[in-house]
Amino acid sequence: MTPAIELDGIYKAFGNTSIIRGVNLTLEPGTRQALIGPNGAGKSTLFNLITGKYPVNSGRIRLKGEDVTGLTPYEINRRGLSRSFQVTNIFPRMTVFENIRCGVLWALGYRYSFWHRADAARDATQRTETVLEQLNLTARRHVPAGVLSYAEQRALEIGITIAGGADVILLDEPTAGMSHSETEHVVQLIREVTQGKTLLMVEHDMSVVFNLADRIAVLVYGEVIAHDTPERIRADARVQEAYLGVPQGVA
Amino acid sequence: MKTNEAPAAARPLATTGIAREGVLQRYGVWLAAAGVLIVLPWIVRTGAAVPIMNQMGIAIVFALSFNMLLGQGGMLSFGHAVYFGLGGFLAAHALNIAGRGGLYLPVPLLPLVGGLGGLVFAALFGTFSTSRAGTVFSMVSLAVAELMAASSLIFDRFFGGEEGITTNRAKAPLLFGLEFTRDRQVYYLIAFWVLVAAVAMYAFSRTPIGRMANAVRDNPERAEFVGYSQRRVRYISFCAAGLFAGVAGGLFALNYEILTAENMGLNASGGVLLMTYIGGIGSFVGPVFGAIIFTFLQSMLSDYTGMWLLYVGILFLATVLWAPVGLAGILMLHAPAWHAGRAGRLVGPYAVAGVLGLVAAVGVVGLLEMIHTVLVAESPTGIKPLFWTTVNTRTVLPWLVFAALVVAGALGLRWAGPRAATAFAEANRPGATR
Repeated sequence: MTPAIELDGIYKAFGNTSIIRGVNLTLEPGTRQALIGPNGAGKSTLFNLITGKYPVNSGRIRLKGEDVTGLTPYEINRRGLSRSFQVTNIFPRMTVFENIRCGVLWALGYRYSFWHRADAARDATQRTETVLEQLNLTARRHVPAGVLSYAEQRALEIGITIAGGADVILLDEPTAGMSHSETEHVVQLIREVTQGKTLLMVEHDMSVVFNLADRIAVLVYGEVIAHDTPERIRADARVQEAYLGVPQGVA
Repeated sequence: MKTNEAPAAARPLATTGIAREGVLQRYGVWLAAAGVLIVLPWIVRTGAAVPIMNQMGIAIVFALSFNMLLGQGGMLSFGHAVYFGLGGFLAAHALNIAGRGGLYLPVPLLPLVGGLGGLVFAALFGTFSTSRAGTVFSMVSLAVAELMAASSLIFDRFFGGEEGITTNRAKAPLLFGLEFTRDRQVYYLIAFWVLVAAVAMYAFSRTPIGRMANAVRDNPERAEFVGYSQRRVRYISFCAAGLFAGVAGGLFALNYEILTAENMGLNASGGVLLMTYIGGIGSFVGPVFGAIIFTFLQSMLSDYTGMWLLYVGILFLATVLWAPVGLAGILMLHAPAWHAGRAGRLVGPYAVAGVLGLVAAVGVVGLLEMIHTVLVAESPTGIKPLFWTTVNTRTVLPWLVFAALVVAGALGLRWAGPRAATAFAEANRPGATR
């Protein structure tokens, strides 16, 4: 089967500082995978490389078999990859409904149309309403996104990401800064919306990681030192040493 | 915060959507606007009214097109008059060619020529103007404005040098036998185009590209990660804004029958920025208010004082500092109070603050006008008509009186202002009974 994402010798430096040092990683389609690693390991940078925010210095990135190295974020998104951000990244002055609809329009083929009325686009409205329902944000649909609570904004962030129906989803710390009950809710949400899709998720909360992930990739100092099932990662001596070995950091 | 507490009344509205709204609800505002435009010249019958309303109509189209950039696209242009002016010049030349029989172009279609001109030049300059947002966009717009100012001196034949280009709408071929020789005929032609352009610009804002213009304004990076090129979105908005600026320029050409390089200069670009901002960039209707107020001040105030631009400047400053949402934004802030049936409670506190503000304003204007008389206007006697009276700037009393008004008004406002603010907060408090 064609891998959903294939990273082949990815290298990235900012100035003289090497952040990503030869990453090889293959994600099978339809799996949920977590990317873990200590702070500064380069997890977010790797996300930014895969999604086209930064150019790579060398190496190839393939999305569903197609080489997407050097493409812009919107070109990569149009090929079926969508991402969320570590810091909430929404459209603050637009309503919750419109935020989700922004994630829907291109995918439904409206592109740069000035001959459709957005409100009359039934398919877009329907898809948006379905997503709002999933997010439990239907009642807040007319509220400007900027005034939502933090947890609601995080949910909206995920909603914008999955609204277009991309089959490869990258989530950057979706539960960061959330309470225990909020985290549980988001885990449930992620499980629901990534059904049958490929998920790659940066996450610090190990209970979330072991709860959701089929496989875990461990990134340390810009290199993937292990990529395996949760059980084997837990047992891996190198991982324990580099990361899980710090007992308090596991929380 | 709980997310499932929508007021029961909001539910059906949320689920039925816009599709089932009645014709009157959907088009009511536009029908009302059309009605107002039709009856207006029969209500306001003073001699200067119709020319001023023509001017307002042109300003409305221009300001609305400017807000496609600023309010909806987040692009602050210092050179939007370039597209107004180029559209106007092209329309004027087209009308002249038509007048010589070289082209079948009846006067009513002239704004289309202007619009086409604005569109073509926006499509050209937009290729590099819209590559970046923010400060870079503003700087490039300024550069383009300067470039056109320089070009107007070089391309003498096209821009007509100092005198500009004159034209004559009476020489153009007729459409349906319509002549545009009287003010009121021109008024209805402009009113028609104002309505068409406003409807078209509103419709644009509701299309997928119009919605994504908002998204790129709010968060260009995120827009790219949902499939949209921020640059392309800005470019399309920019072209549309240029088109409608050109329509306004075409209306200007047919109304005034003259265009000079000034019409596309920095002053004209600054003017449209002022009026749009004063009216409010946050809503579609804001620039309409701004255009009406600005034109009114421009044409009425300039009869009474040589300092009308100073007053417009003060108004702009006050808007930027204290009411950045603009006039339309202020009105919209009162929507919750209105819907809760509590707007009536605001009348008292607002009236008190308004009267005191007026007292202070009279004082400030009085002092400014007297300073103007002393410094600028040659008045050997020092006598100056001011408000309800005549003052002698060489005596102390009027200075004292107006200074006292300023102090009294300001002190009063320090007392009344917070009270009005409290009343506003009270009236807009969510929940509570009617």
